Amino acid sequence: MTDLTRLTAADLAGRLTSRDVSSVEATQAHLDRIAAVEPALHSFLYVNGDEALATARDVDSRRAAGEKLHALAGVPIAIKDIVVTKGMPTTAGSKILEGWIPPYDATITTRIRAAGLPILGKTNMDEFAMGSSTEHSAFGNTHNPWDLDRIPGGSGGGSAAAVAAYEAPLAIGTDTGGSIRQPAAVTGTVGVKPTYGGVSRYGLIALASSLDQAGPVTRTVLDSALLHELIGGHDPRDSTSIDEPLPGLVAAARQGRSGDLTGMRVGVISELTGEGYQPGVRARFTESLEVLRGAGAEIVEVSCPHFTYALGAYYLILPSEASSNLAKFDGMRFGLRVEPSEGKVTAESVMGATRGAGFGDEVKRRIILGTYALSAGYYDAYYGSAQKVRTLIQRDFAAAFAQTDVLVSPTTPTTAFKLGEKLDDPLAMYLNDVATIPANLAGIPGLSVPNGLSDDGLPVGFQVLAPAKADDRLYRVGAALEALLEAQWGGPILAKAPELEVAR
Amino acid sequence: MTTANGTPEVDLVDYDDAVARYDPVFGIEVHVELGTRTKMFCPSIVVFGDEPNTAVSPVSLGLPGALPVVNGTAVEYAIRIGLALNCSIAETCRFARKNYFYPDVPKNFQTSQSDEPIAYDGWLDVELDDGAVFRVDIERAHMEEDAGKNTHVGGSTGRIQGAEYSLIDYNRAGIPLVEVVTRPITGAGMRTPEVARAYVQTLRDIFRALDVSEARMERGNVRADVNLSLRATSDSPLGTRTETKNVNSFRAVERAVRYEISRQAAILDAGGSITQETRHWHEDTGTTTAGRIKSDSDDYRYFPEPDLAPVSPDRAWVEQIRAALPEMPAARRRRLQGDWGFADAEMRDVINASAVDIIASTVAAGASPAAARKWWMGELARTAKQLDVELADLTITPTQVGELQWLVDAGRINDKLARQVLEGVLAGEGGPEQVLIARGLEVVSDDGPLLAAIDAALAAQPDIAQKIRSGNLGPVGSIIGAVMKTTRGQADAGRVRELVLERVTPA
Repeated sequence: MTDLTRLTAADLAGRLTSRDVSSVEATQAHLDRIAAVEPALHSFLYVNGDEALATARDVDSRRAAGEKLHALAGVPIAIKDIVVTKGMPTTAGSKILEGWIPPYDATITTRIRAAGLPILGKTNMDEFAMGSSTEHSAFGNTHNPWDLDRIPGGSGGGSAAAVAAYEAPLAIGTDTGGSIRQPAAVTGTVGVKPTYGGVSRYGLIALASSLDQAGPVTRTVLDSALLHELIGGHDPRDSTSIDEPLPGLVAAARQGRSGDLTGMRVGVISELTGEGYQPGVRARFTESLEVLRGAGAEIVEVSCPHFTYALGAYYLILPSEASSNLAKFDGMRFGLRVEPSEGKVTAESVMGATRGAGFGDEVKRRIILGTYALSAGYYDAYYGSAQKVRTLIQRDFAAAFAQTDVLVSPTTPTTAFKLGEKLDDPLAMYLNDVATIPANLAGIPGLSVPNGLSDDGLPVGFQVLAPAKADDRLYRVGAALEALLEAQWGGPILAKAPELEVAR
Repeated sequence: MTTANGTPEVDLVDYDDAVARYDPVFGIEVHVELGTRTKMFCPSIVVFGDEPNTAVSPVSLGLPGALPVVNGTAVEYAIRIGLALNCSIAETCRFARKNYFYPDVPKNFQTSQSDEPIAYDGWLDVELDDGAVFRVDIERAHMEEDAGKNTHVGGSTGRIQGAEYSLIDYNRAGIPLVEVVTRPITGAGMRTPEVARAYVQTLRDIFRALDVSEARMERGNVRADVNLSLRATSDSPLGTRTETKNVNSFRAVERAVRYEISRQAAILDAGGSITQETRHWHEDTGTTTAGRIKSDSDDYRYFPEPDLAPVSPDRAWVEQIRAALPEMPAARRRRLQGDWGFADAEMRDVINASAVDIIASTVAAGASPAAARKWWMGELARTAKQLDVELADLTITPTQVGELQWLVDAGRINDKLARQVLEGVLAGEGGPEQVLIARGLEVVSDDGPLLAAIDAALAAQPDIAQKIRSGNLGPVGSIIGAVMKTTRGQADAGRVRELVLERVTPA
């Protein structure tokens, strides 16, 4: 019998629709896989087996009754632990939320439940999505399935590792500066950050409200499109949600798989290549450009001069918003509550003790940065200037998109680094996101698709960026590159990953 | 420092001396809770006095992941208020986060407006008790959300200091507020306390007229913070101010301002300097005590609320709202005074007794304006005063007063009986007609019993009967009096007179 965990979501959905397999079988297969590889990976913070199987049974019986179901009904999914799930623990990777059971569902959770996708569990992440390695999780790090001594990327390392290791065909990630795309790149998976406002943020535990966006984490571009169409679209509960229908994403992915990009203008951002990029990363990128050219795309070089300031602006805007967003974690209403070990027990001292004990170092570092940047007398110099840079970056993109349909770059400068390698060097860690951050600052969509292995045998990601609300272009170009590269490789990149040792 | 029970820290300067030596400058921030069905940023229903923490949602509790959505009705109400205060309405404005840690603020920031208020640069004409008009400049009116309500348990003062524990009710958290901020108000001189009171009262009346709030002071729907400073003369630079928080009645506004003027004058007289601080008002002692030191550098780390899109009220909509604004209370009062034919002094009494609406309703119920005024400003005003309640809180309704007057006009009762009917209505015995019947107070209009009473009276006072017969009508009154006594006042005095004359003067 086929290993159901190796199927793409689209294929599994097809087999479920034809009643070739049941959702219970598919869900159980993934739960078995989770049980087998979790000791090595630690992708999950919570496994939701009973409820997932209950959903699967329900979908199977509805399908048997002839009910018209969503295309992905019965396909299991993993959700990053920053998305609130009613009745399921949600920690955002932080001790301060340990044991908190949300009394409500995020809009994307509601949509996933309504479509009948069994929720396998909640995936590991850097605390409050602050990090690029998942090492800042308060509950232990996740390992990269390609090399267990390496990071799976971050902050959504759990979702990426789960998908890469066949623990789930689909996962939800969130991307504030690259937390979907960078883990996708270093685990050989596909990740998409939709246009800001394209997917509801209602029920995402906010890191930086003006940058956060949830999106799909999958093994194929088509699967991402399927999931994106499920979770995307207007939500009246999110004021920043775009009140327009999504473009046809699945259709664009299907069109892309033909491998024909005739007439597509592809811009190479000169600031996001060259120095600082690992030779293997550069080599794969150049080869991929040739593949696109071969598919009929026109390759042009564009310059985005203000990208130099993107990282600096990002690390002012993000901590500023985060310092305010994280203020609510104070031990008064939910989550951890710590009374001071000495001195009077007052509201203030409990808040201080709770936050002192509940937040990790990286979170504290950013709260301090943000509080400082917003302070009277510093606001204009820091937060104010950062917002100006943001405008300049948006203009850079606007100018670039005036002459191109999509922009491309390597997703990350390097392949997965070793666990612990950058843990004590925040700046080195931050530099990982240099290519992904500009899209968040501008609110535009971005996709990372695997485009080969570097000299070290580890996967490399290729980033595609499109103008706001033109997410369909990502899928067309991404699917074309994927199809053409897989034809060269003779199969998906993940087939080259080492088999994990399985716990019995 | 002060003691917690509000014992003044200084010997106060006599108020008249204080305003003779110093020029008071003040400013008032008024918060009004809007009467919207739901909260400012979420669909929680707004309730008053419900079980604690029942009118809440993930948004108003500030749960992780929850996001705000602006209540469109609240925006409309804010625009109404702005327009009524002669403000400009912003083409576009943003919300801002005011960051500070306090347990009654669920997110530990209040969603408010900072440098982009929805309404700005207005003015309001305030009518004082003697009819003089004082113009107050309005700096801004902005939208924000209310905090929850803390109850500090244990300790003597009900304040957080000394409390054993505190309870928080988030039902109020997220209720829409509009904060109206004046520019510094100068030139009120010795009438400063009165202007302050009249300003808050005028605003309250406007909120009610605009139908944006029940604006009930005693429920805290309208709350005033009063900033006050003294300076040597009107040419001197502004002095250091204090901010007396949450002054919640008109009378308290006047008293608090008066108190602060006397207190600050005493400190300045003694060569001291005023501490910039918030102060608490104590209704029982009529004093203020020091709260928190407030410096201009209080840092709330305001920044634009990234979870909300800017509010950009469509110009045509604003004009629609402007066109639909109701008549403002001052204009309405002028119109009604003309309609009713009240003298200035009469109208002022009516206004000062907050009786305009009640009299208007009574007139609408059919009473003449003069009769309506007579009842409400006379008998009923006395009753209200005895009971220490507002006219509106009396159990009698304007409709019932109209009905009472109708009974008088129809001759079924006279004034004296009407007072007894009133007494019955106020005692909850039912409407005027019901009381009239139950108490058997109807005027005796049947001539039979009257004639019997007249004959008895004439027989009892033969000398008087004789005088009348001889054409001296002077003593008729004493016969009428006797008849009224026999009929316990239920006789129509006019009819009695006619009958007496018929009796003594043979046709």
